[in-house]
Amino acid sequence: MEFERPDFSLAAAEIFVAVMTLVVMVAGTFLRRISRELGYALAQLTVIGAAFITVFSVDDPTVRYTFGTMYVSDWLGQVLKLFIYLSVFASLLYGRLYLIERRLEKAEYYVLMLLSMLGAMILVSANNLLVLYLGLEMMTLALYALVAFDRDNGLRSEAAIKYFVLGAISSGLLLYGMSMIYGATGSLDLGVVGQAVSLGAGDELVFKFGLAFLVAGIAFKFGVVPFHMWVADVYHGAPTPVTLLISSAPKLAAFALALRLLVGGFFGLAETWQPMLMLLAVASIVLGNLAAIAQSNIKRMLAYSGISHMGFVLLGLLAGVTDGGHQQVFNAYSSALFYAVSYALMSLASFGMVLLLARTGFEAEHIDDFKGLNRRSPWFAAMMMLVMFSMAGIPFFLGFFAKFAVLEAVVSAGHTWLAVLAVIMSVIGAYYYLRVVKVMYFDEPTDRTALIASSETRVLLSANALTLAVAGLMPQGLMAVCGYAILTSF
Amino acid sequence: MEFQTVVFYLFGAIAVAAALGVILVRNPVHAALCLVLVFFSSAAIWLLLEAEFLAITLVLVYVGAVMVLFLFVVMMLDINVDRLREGFWSNLPLGLLVAALLVVEMLLVLTGDFFRQASSPPSLPVDASNTESIGRVLYTVYAYPFELAAMILLVAMVAAVSLTLRKRKDVRYLDPAEQVKVKAADRLRVISMPAEKE
Repeated sequence: MEFERPDFSLAAAEIFVAVMTLVVMVAGTFLRRISRELGYALAQLTVIGAAFITVFSVDDPTVRYTFGTMYVSDWLGQVLKLFIYLSVFASLLYGRLYLIERRLEKAEYYVLMLLSMLGAMILVSANNLLVLYLGLEMMTLALYALVAFDRDNGLRSEAAIKYFVLGAISSGLLLYGMSMIYGATGSLDLGVVGQAVSLGAGDELVFKFGLAFLVAGIAFKFGVVPFHMWVADVYHGAPTPVTLLISSAPKLAAFALALRLLVGGFFGLAETWQPMLMLLAVASIVLGNLAAIAQSNIKRMLAYSGISHMGFVLLGLLAGVTDGGHQQVFNAYSSALFYAVSYALMSLASFGMVLLLARTGFEAEHIDDFKGLNRRSPWFAAMMMLVMFSMAGIPFFLGFFAKFAVLEAVVSAGHTWLAVLAVIMSVIGAYYYLRVVKVMYFDEPTDRTALIASSETRVLLSANALTLAVAGLMPQGLMAVCGYAILTSF
Repeated sequence: MEFQTVVFYLFGAIAVAAALGVILVRNPVHAALCLVLVFFSSAAIWLLLEAEFLAITLVLVYVGAVMVLFLFVVMMLDINVDRLREGFWSNLPLGLLVAALLVVEMLLVLTGDFFRQASSPPSLPVDASNTESIGRVLYTVYAYPFELAAMILLVAMVAAVSLTLRKRKDVRYLDPAEQVKVKAADRLRVISMPAEKE
């Protein structure tokens, strides 16, 4: 194989984050005495710095490769990365007080957080099966440790073990699929694999066999039915700032994984994977919405609602397999990207609210803990209402437009029954979102403690929730970014 | 028979015998040592296949690290051999079934033409070194995944340390630095008191 000196500047954001992670680690060990804020400050600085690097490298919309063809730099990757930074930033900011109150605020927490972010970044711009897998492992291994970070708490350890064992199985499935593909094509490069698949070079049975394992692995990472068993327990068991992270950044990374593998690599076999995704999506939307109704714990409720939202993302992905011309395919993928990004924003705000209500010795993880929030803080009750309305898909919030775009793509791809089913289940799902609103406005508060939060958290959380309303009134901007990302990347 | 074939059968026979030893000997420590012998013989067979890098890695990683760790575990755990063998006869039918299935599967795979190569690969020139070739590719073309793997090891280290390291406060231990710095005045209080008569 020929070796070319790689262009490191394309991967500048990753290199910066990797170096800063080491700096945080060393500083956390040796400079502890100087300031207890150091780890937090450096971690936030890293996230902001990486965001700057990514923003300033997006001026060129062409797809460029480096490290051979292992690393791809395109708009899809940059947009997803920016939202991953936002998730980590929000998780660090919203969760700061929570961590300090529970004595979890250590340098290692920030190191693991940054390493998980680095893994997600690598996964998002991978163009090689090996690199995809390594990025995925880096992200999830750090997350397992973060779930177990409060190690003396039995609930946390249980969640971490479940997450670890099921995550290891799913990585095994994914690797098994990848090894099949490698055996059939002799290459790990997604471009070469994609060509081999579309030309039908190689044993089709091996391709389909490998594809089934890849889809199962992707479904595990998305947490869609029937690979959803870990989701509710992990969301419930993890410390809330970690739950906030798990519900946003890894979903965006899983979206990139699905798009790069299925659309980038396996578009030639789209007729095979489309029914698989259809099955997963229908099962997730039905089961996610129905199971969420029965939950009294808000973290579990949001977990099941997340399962149904991921079903919608899959709907967007499967709607791209159509003979309706280039424009329809493009609409379908940009709607899926739009949905994934919107879900990340809504998820950040909803878990941010759970964190806002938590205080020392009190997790605020029951829906009853939101009782009478309007009396305690009318402003944040209104913010929570915005988030719940947006998640339910009530018109003129961000969630409505995300659902609308996906359903439009599904209908134009000719699967009207899917769209009807999704609408019916969304209406059923509106019940449990509205129950939270009802509890906040019409029930008597059980405790009247004032909310404790830093002013940064208050400002960012309000901005986050208001974005859902404002972007709902003007969705064109975000939609255009998503559309441009898909247009220039495929 | 060629010399190479003789050597192959010799190491093959040792590997099979040692593998049988792993499951047949009574003492778990002996079983672990038999496994070490299996690894050594397999490494020798790899050397015959001109794959010296794999042979070295097998010995270094499996014999040097994994098996040593395993031996420690075996020695530290007090394994009661009789209890392990209790359910032997009741589990035998299931075990035989699984073994029979495995044999059938292996026969299907090995006799089918999935793994058959059109021609055996040409043997390498005498001065070829696959250690060098692997090293060349690993640090050039695959430098990026190699570094990623290094970062993953870092994740594992940070996670392991942060999840297991505890500073126990209930342990009484001596700090040698403090001991050395001790002065007579810290230990001994000289008081002046008037002499007393009996």
